[in-house]
Amino acid sequence: MTDLCDRTATELSAGLASGELSAVDLTESCLSRIDAVEDRVKAFLTLTPEVARERAVELDVHRATGAPQSAVAGIPLALKDVLTTRGIRTTCGSRILESYVPPYDCTPWTRLSGEGAVLLGKTNCDEFAMGSSNENSAFGPVHNPWDLDAVPGGSSGGSAAAVAAGEVVWALGTDTGGSVRQPAALCGVVGLKPTYGLVSRYGLIAFASSLDTVGTFTRSVPDAAVLLGAIAGRDPRDATSLDAPPVASDLDRGIAGLRVGVLDGTFGEGVAQGVRDAVRAALDRLDALGAEVGEVSLPHADYALSAYYLIAPSEASSNLARYDGVRYGFRVEGGADSMEMMARTRGQGFGAEVKRRIMLGTYALSAGYYEAYYGQAQKVRTLIIRDYERAFEECDVLVSPTSPTTAFKIGERADDPMAMYLSDVFTIPANLAGVPAISLPCGLDPAGLPVGLQFTGPVLGEQVLFRAAETLERDLGLDLRPPLLSGV
Amino acid sequence: MSEWETVIGLECHVELDTRTKMFCGCPNEFGAEPNTHVCPVCLGHPGSLPVPNEEAIRRIVKIGLALGSEIAPRSLFHRKNYFYPDMPKNYQISQFDLPICVGGHLEVELPDGTTSRVGITRVHMEEDTGKTTHGSASGRIHDADSALIDYNRAGVPLVECVSEPDMRSPEEAAAYLRELRATLEALDVSDVRMEEGSLRCDANISVRPSGSDALGTKVEIKNMNSIRSLERALHFERERQVAALEAGESIVQETRHWDEDAGATKSMRSKEEAFDYRYFPEPDIPPLAPASGWIEEIRGTLPELPRARRARYESDMGLRPEVARVLVANRASTDLFERTVAIGAEPKAVANWVTQDLAGLLNEAGTDARDSRVAPEHVADLIRLVADGTISGAGAKQVLEEVLETGDEVEMIVDRRSLRQVSDEGALGEIVDMVIAEQPEAVEKLRAGKQELIGFLVGQVMKSSGGSANPKLARELLLERLS
Repeated sequence: MTDLCDRTATELSAGLASGELSAVDLTESCLSRIDAVEDRVKAFLTLTPEVARERAVELDVHRATGAPQSAVAGIPLALKDVLTTRGIRTTCGSRILESYVPPYDCTPWTRLSGEGAVLLGKTNCDEFAMGSSNENSAFGPVHNPWDLDAVPGGSSGGSAAAVAAGEVVWALGTDTGGSVRQPAALCGVVGLKPTYGLVSRYGLIAFASSLDTVGTFTRSVPDAAVLLGAIAGRDPRDATSLDAPPVASDLDRGIAGLRVGVLDGTFGEGVAQGVRDAVRAALDRLDALGAEVGEVSLPHADYALSAYYLIAPSEASSNLARYDGVRYGFRVEGGADSMEMMARTRGQGFGAEVKRRIMLGTYALSAGYYEAYYGQAQKVRTLIIRDYERAFEECDVLVSPTSPTTAFKIGERADDPMAMYLSDVFTIPANLAGVPAISLPCGLDPAGLPVGLQFTGPVLGEQVLFRAAETLERDLGLDLRPPLLSGV
Repeated sequence: MSEWETVIGLECHVELDTRTKMFCGCPNEFGAEPNTHVCPVCLGHPGSLPVPNEEAIRRIVKIGLALGSEIAPRSLFHRKNYFYPDMPKNYQISQFDLPICVGGHLEVELPDGTTSRVGITRVHMEEDTGKTTHGSASGRIHDADSALIDYNRAGVPLVECVSEPDMRSPEEAAAYLRELRATLEALDVSDVRMEEGSLRCDANISVRPSGSDALGTKVEIKNMNSIRSLERALHFERERQVAALEAGESIVQETRHWDEDAGATKSMRSKEEAFDYRYFPEPDIPPLAPASGWIEEIRGTLPELPRARRARYESDMGLRPEVARVLVANRASTDLFERTVAIGAEPKAVANWVTQDLAGLLNEAGTDARDSRVAPEHVADLIRLVADGTISGAGAKQVLEEVLETGDEVEMIVDRRSLRQVSDEGALGEIVDMVIAEQPEAVEKLRAGKQELIGFLVGQVMKSSGGSANPKLARELLLERLS
């Protein structure tokens, strides 16, 4: 017996359409779940129950007129707090934007809101999306619903935990190096990072512009396809956005004959035994379902992490320059002149990891070092793009673990940035190449923590990802209810 | 000066007068209430993204084509990173090693009638910054206790045009800037008002021993807001550098500020900071790859450029080169000239009125030619009324002055000021007879052969008529009666 808030959006949307349930019921179900667990999970930085209730009432009135409803109408949603919302504060998990209230909505929310989505709040995240554990939030960590002493992953940890705990039905996050897929894996939900440009970045507060994507957290693969469909497509406000390809209707075609390439390193040294076992079992199922499972390698993937940690901080050092206390946000008064005011504001407003990356990036872009660092990293990026192109000549999809480990304890890696950076070793290459990837739960490790499996597809190949992932999801038929919820 | 050669290169910034800003939809308009033409994009709000203005790109391509640049098949925007409060993102979107327009040149006509060819290094696209006003009793930055920032200008499309160090004198630099301004004006891409900052110019200048190939240490001069200031600043700086070198000192590579009141360049900072702008490709904007068909379409819209126009005025209309040069130097004069000729007025007469009397009056009043009330009909009427003797040349100038003030019709002003010449033989005859009667001595001497006294007598007739007599007719009548 599950509550409304634990069901998939696809089921709920059908229930709303048939009149079996109302948007108000659904919203109240989520709000009572939030009441029950939020003080332990701490997924949200800002809750918007009034906005949500008002919207739900409107939707029910509207639906009573017999007007057709979108598949996202009435479904409670959360947005990672790096996505701007007009009139609702948007902090990026940072002191420097603690009181910042944007004057405009991000495009993904504009589109969802236009279709009747119900916003329940803004979720916690690592400061400016920099981190893999959510511990870098200026407002405290998020707790993993599967183990309250463990991290939910990051940077979109709040969105992942909120969906896992039934506080919302689905959520948006952002993925620059794995920030949707890794927390989805650690929290036992489905996380999609679309092709770079498929979802507008307008209103996504930039971390690394050439890598940033808006992604989805859902309870099922079909839900991911629906939510992506609602937010994808070209936006005149984002010059890097792309037209959405037409949606094919082959989601349940099965995967017989699908060429699945298992990425080199899937069973490598740094991968935890529990993760290996669950992934191996999933690969056996793919084989049993008729897929042609073989091995494939991305020869330059070993350099991906290094390239990423030059490109992302370089762009971040420039993107975050605007937080200076002059026009909005936090400001440290006093100081001899405006330059000193700006320096003090940044010194006190940013946390340690953000400062570390700003310094790294500033250094990498400096005269005399640019070619050796940023220039070289861009060349690696080109090689990785070619690696993928070659791999997709042989395979339809690639598969690997999403994260080398399951959820780790809060504090465990906090003082070891290198260990933390390695959390993203499987997710980063897709960001460098701009290709889409999806993480779905494929089992639990011996400690009872979810393991994520990642499928990667070619540019604009979301459809094949959904097909592979949904087939496996249905076959595995996992019941993923975090222990936290057994008492509610 | 002959022992030293001056080497000058100019960097000009041109604000395009597109309807909207470079990367957002805000109005691009000078003089509005502070911070009223702003949005999340041009204020650099978190999450906002720049989208290039196609019309601005079209215009820079037009400029490039007019200057004979190569239009790059692929060019990139870069970010130029530095902190400054009037720059909303603390980086400027600009171009670096892949500008839109590469190379080119401008044929410049020098005051002595010779021409020189000044190379263009590049023309690139960028965005303007906001404007800071420092609040202090003295108005000086160091004493300021507050700073007010207006972001209306932030994100206005800005074209930077960099010349080669091809100019050898302040006069040549001024001629180059005049020609560039006239070209931009003819292209209809900017209102090129130096006093409002829509055309700005920085100069690099060095001197070297005549005959040397090596460049001397250059100094950059900023803050010249007219062509005259540019010329003065370059003169000053040339003298300063020559004097320093002749005294055995060396030139410090630095940026100097032109102080208009002091008539001198001044070092801007004691400790010159070496900026590292950390340029890198702007990830928010895909590379620009203008289609060749689009470029050709733009080429087809190029108007007649100043140089061709001067040649046409000289060969087809018989204007003298210096008249043609003045006429073509600004578009308002050219337009007034063309339109006046189009309604039938004689070209040389129009050119004289436009480049001399009118230009003089505008200059005196400090009025921009574009803001003048003088219409083609005014000029044509003046020429006609002077030619048919209705008004005198002096009277016509008075009329023109009043046209500038009121914009009223010429004949209306002529009547209001009673400037119509007495050309009626009967009426004028009476005055002539009176003058002859009053000046027996002069009349006597004239009759005795002192011909120059006719001028004196005409003057007396003019005086007695209150200035309204037609002097030509008065002279004829006097000679007739006294011969």
